[in-house]
Amino acid sequence: MSVIDISPEHGLTLSQAEILHGERRIIGPVSLTVPPGEVVTVMGPSGCGKSSLLALICGTLDPALSGRGRVLLNGEDVSARPPEARHVGILFQDDLLFPHLSVAGNLAFGLPPSVRGRKARRERIEAALAEADMLAFYDRDPTTLSGGQRARIALLRTLLSQPRALLLDEPFAKLDVALRARFRSFVFDHARAQGLPTLLVTHDPQDAAAAGGPRLQIDADGRILGARPAGRGHRPGGLP
Amino acid sequence: MHRRGLLRFLPGLTLALFLAPVIAGLIGTWLPAFGYFPSLGGDTFSLAPWTTLFAQPGLAESLRLTLISGFLATVSAFLLTVIFLAACHGGRLILAVRGLMAPLIAVPHAAVALGLAFLIAPSGWLVRLVSPWATGWDLPPDVATVQDANGLALTLGLIIKEVPFLLLMTLAALEQVRAEERLAVARSLGYGPVTAWLKAVLPAVYRQIRLPLYAVLAYALSVVDMALILAPLTPPPLAVQVLRWFNDPDLSMRFVAAAGACLQLLIVIAGIGLWRLGEVAAEGLGRAWIAGGRRGGDGRLPRLVAAGLVQGLVALAAAGLLGLALWSVTRRWRYPDAWPSSLSLDTWAHQAPSLLAITGTTLVTGLAAAAIALLLALGCLENEQRRGLTLSNRVLWLLYVPLLVPQVAFLFGAQVLAIQTGIDATWIALVWSHLLFVLPYVFLTLGDPYRALDERYARTALCLGARPNRVFWQVKLPMLLRPVLFALAVGFAVSVTQYLPTLFAGGGRFATLTTEAVGLSAGGDRRVMGVYAFLQALLPLLAFAAALALPKPLALRRKLRIQAA
Amino acid sequence: MIRRRLPLFSMLLAALVTALGLSGPAEGGTETRTWPEIVEAAKGQTVYWNAWGGDARINAYIAWVGDKMREEYSITLKQVKLADTADAVSRVLAERTAGKKEGGSIDLIWINGENFAAMKAQNLLYGPFTQALPNFRLVDFDDKPSTLVDFTVPTDGLEAPWGMAKLNFIYDTARVEAMPHSIPELLTWAKAHPGRFTYPAPPDFLGSTFLKQVLIELAPDPAFLQKPVESDAQVEQATRPLWEYLDALHPQLWRGGEIFPANGQAQRQLLDDGAVDIMLSFNPGEASSAIANNLLPDTVRSFVFDKGTIGNTHFVAIPFNANAAEGAMVVANFLMSPAAQAVKQNPEAWGDPTVLSMAKLSDGERHLFDMLPLGIATLPPEALGPTLLEPHPSWMTRIEADWQRRYAR
Repeated sequence: MSVIDISPEHGLTLSQAEILHGERRIIGPVSLTVPPGEVVTVMGPSGCGKSSLLALICGTLDPALSGRGRVLLNGEDVSARPPEARHVGILFQDDLLFPHLSVAGNLAFGLPPSVRGRKARRERIEAALAEADMLAFYDRDPTTLSGGQRARIALLRTLLSQPRALLLDEPFAKLDVALRARFRSFVFDHARAQGLPTLLVTHDPQDAAAAGGPRLQIDADGRILGARPAGRGHRPGGLP
Repeated sequence: MHRRGLLRFLPGLTLALFLAPVIAGLIGTWLPAFGYFPSLGGDTFSLAPWTTLFAQPGLAESLRLTLISGFLATVSAFLLTVIFLAACHGGRLILAVRGLMAPLIAVPHAAVALGLAFLIAPSGWLVRLVSPWATGWDLPPDVATVQDANGLALTLGLIIKEVPFLLLMTLAALEQVRAEERLAVARSLGYGPVTAWLKAVLPAVYRQIRLPLYAVLAYALSVVDMALILAPLTPPPLAVQVLRWFNDPDLSMRFVAAAGACLQLLIVIAGIGLWRLGEVAAEGLGRAWIAGGRRGGDGRLPRLVAAGLVQGLVALAAAGLLGLALWSVTRRWRYPDAWPSSLSLDTWAHQAPSLLAITGTTLVTGLAAAAIALLLALGCLENEQRRGLTLSNRVLWLLYVPLLVPQVAFLFGAQVLAIQTGIDATWIALVWSHLLFVLPYVFLTLGDPYRALDERYARTALCLGARPNRVFWQVKLPMLLRPVLFALAVGFAVSVTQYLPTLFAGGGRFATLTTEAVGLSAGGDRRVMGVYAFLQALLPLLAFAAALALPKPLALRRKLRIQAA
Repeated sequence: MIRRRLPLFSMLLAALVTALGLSGPAEGGTETRTWPEIVEAAKGQTVYWNAWGGDARINAYIAWVGDKMREEYSITLKQVKLADTADAVSRVLAERTAGKKEGGSIDLIWINGENFAAMKAQNLLYGPFTQALPNFRLVDFDDKPSTLVDFTVPTDGLEAPWGMAKLNFIYDTARVEAMPHSIPELLTWAKAHPGRFTYPAPPDFLGSTFLKQVLIELAPDPAFLQKPVESDAQVEQATRPLWEYLDALHPQLWRGGEIFPANGQAQRQLLDDGAVDIMLSFNPGEASSAIANNLLPDTVRSFVFDKGTIGNTHFVAIPFNANAAEGAMVVANFLMSPAAQAVKQNPEAWGDPTVLSMAKLSDGERHLFDMLPLGIATLPPEALGPTLLEPHPSWMTRIEADWQRRYAR
């Protein structure tokens, strides 16, 4: 068991989080805090339960599993809330853009209803696209975009939903090497700019290195092996 | 995370909706079978109905017909399906056939039977094509090819309808058992294609198609509408005979009819049991065969035979339908002409007024039953996903119950219940009775695509802040548009083909294309019969065509709408 | 037309009721309203007429009646097509069993014979009502006694006649030259032309009528058939000639007597296809009507037996719990009107003979009938031969059951 600094008032905090399948423990207990704007990396082999941990945080844990512990966001305990009320964004390996909506439609899906009026919503979407230099893709069918473009739109969609934390479930795994580095910076830059506590799950050490934050190592049985504090610095481009 | 809400009552409601009539109907039929029917004066239990039943003349013959046609049809359909898939695996024929199977399944049983009856009758089209120049037959030969004493015509009709169904179910099952990999392994070990398929794939796939096979056997043993057209009538197979007894104005025959209906149920149960025994025996023999290690031949002969037979069946069905269509525009077509001597649209014109009403009834009932079934199925599937359950095997069997229990064995009891609750002869009873049989098919059609939808889409949408209902309507449903439309078409087709439920629940007030077509089958005017049968076959085909064609314009419209926003 | 079923139970009941002199007005009670009252009450009603629907020409006629009902009386007439009249009887019985004493789903039934006897015996009919219908007095009671006595059961005003039937035979002159003129001659003919004749299987009404014809012709004195069955021994003795005849006939039949056509329509198809040479019919105008509707070639003609063939009347009756009894009565009255009867008798449509007496009609009304084409294949009324009366229904139950036992394998 290992504990990283807990400062529950800000950022994403997990307190004694563990996941069980019946009697058997899949992963945990884990306690950690991700400060705003920082990236904490969770590493481990496949099947060790890292994705389930993310599911626990965003509230979509498989009903066959049971979760224990608390999840706190900026001091609030969200453990009992349904996923749509937690404001935790998640990105997967696949972009999972909705194929029946255009790029703008996908982005609008993420936009909270508090942004009212067609004009205001359109402006927000265009602003987000412009900032990523993708304004021309407004009306495009997502299936006509390249993998890298789709991944970016997926991130924009998540960010537009005004999340309070960002979870990344190996989002770079399907991109080729050149794309990976660029997209990695894209994600981390935006996360830092918006001050989002980010939890990255990966088995690629280069991702961890590029993230630059503390690392949590998990073994195949879901036990926490150790934590490495932040260090190694963050180099643009994620080169070692 | 559990969610509260009305949705979790839906599976219970669905089960109640469609098992209750079956159970009530069975009870309502078993009680009179043992003498208990107070409103007819039967106050005590007794075996009198059964003794009367067994004393009925012709019962043994009815049973013989039922058993022969039922088993022969199912065994033949099964063997043909298996050998065809084994021999033609991966070939182009499979692709072509796959496309043809859906329309063939869509065409109602009665239409297939009517088409076939005209084709193979001694005065039918096949004979007309070769007479009298090749055969010298000026007059039709006195040979019973339809309504023959052994029920072979009925068997053929059943095979034509059952092979497409089994083929599609098996093809779906193949994907689940990774047949390609198994075959690759077996072939690399030196086995011929057919033997490889039989030894490596069939044992795995059989488990998946067991329930559909039982449904096929149950149907073949208790079919009424096809039997009325293709099977002999003196005496008819048991199910038809039971129907006659139910309609006898002599009330005391009602008890005998109920006993007969129970006998029909017992026959189906015994039939399935016998099939199960056969499975066990086949398993034993199969193991020995597999252990023997014989590699088998190159499969050329089975391929020729199976492909020929399947194509022959498709040709028969298509030719039958063409014959029906042709009759509908005939003015005069005498034997031995190969083509009508004069054509006209008179029959269509004369039938148009009543056709409108009848087609309307068929359409409304079909769409209503399919739509309700779709809502229930979607609701149950969504509930299943939200609560993380999986469809257990037991539930699957429950779904199949209306397909396994012979219709004639419970519809009478259900009808009495309907009269007593006052919904008899109303739209409610009619649509409900169709719903019983539509729901299983809709569920089966929709189940796999629904579960196969990547659940991370839903998770992403939830995490973006959308409530579960919004996720369902705005994310899942649009992405499942094609399977949903297909399931609707399947449900509609199943409803169109229903015969007994319309008779029983409709109380004679509702005429659908199927009841008309079967009613006219005994009659002598093939032209009118052709009109009804052709239209009856056309409707489901149109539904499938719509299901295939609609998604594109819908998606296009959606995109244009989004662009305008 | 109508399939006959003889319920043993109800016949016993009927016998009991008659013996005890308990037969009185049916459950509905005698219709006492005046005709204008009935017509007024019928306005706007929907009448469900359960009628055999196996013949497109008859359905077309009924549709024509429906049009007239809408035009002249504001009544909506809906035909519920039956495969078997027994289905309607079943339904009324089921409704009474379930306690439905009014608002029944059937308003009018095309009925006669055993089905009528069953419904009458079980008090399932509305009326007596025919006395309230103006056109009823036009019916030919003298020359057509079967309009008042249905298979030896008095109608008692519980059913209104609307058409006549007489057994006749249709054959194709292109293939057959000499026709048999009696039942024994038919056997000789069949032996000379094996496989060229058949009859519908009982209990189809045509098949049953054929059996009755054989029975009547072969019996030394057929009067006993007008009375109910007395004993098993009597039945056995009386029907022995029938079974001997059939045993000799069946091997000479189409399909060797193993399969029989289901009904008259199927038989007609066989004649048209050339599978058989002779078919039975109950409608003297059937042959012409079939030619006019392109169902048979124009070389067919009809013939009867010298000593006469069986004839009867078909009726319409109203169930006790009919929802639109007034509308049903208006329809029944219209069916007996000269206009409707003349249209019905036209062989280019149906060709069914009238129940009316020409003597009771006015000149204009009689003219409607004189104008009708006879049809090239129809025998004129004087050539139709004597009408043999239908036997008591109890004989039919026994004969049909015995036939099933002997020949339905």
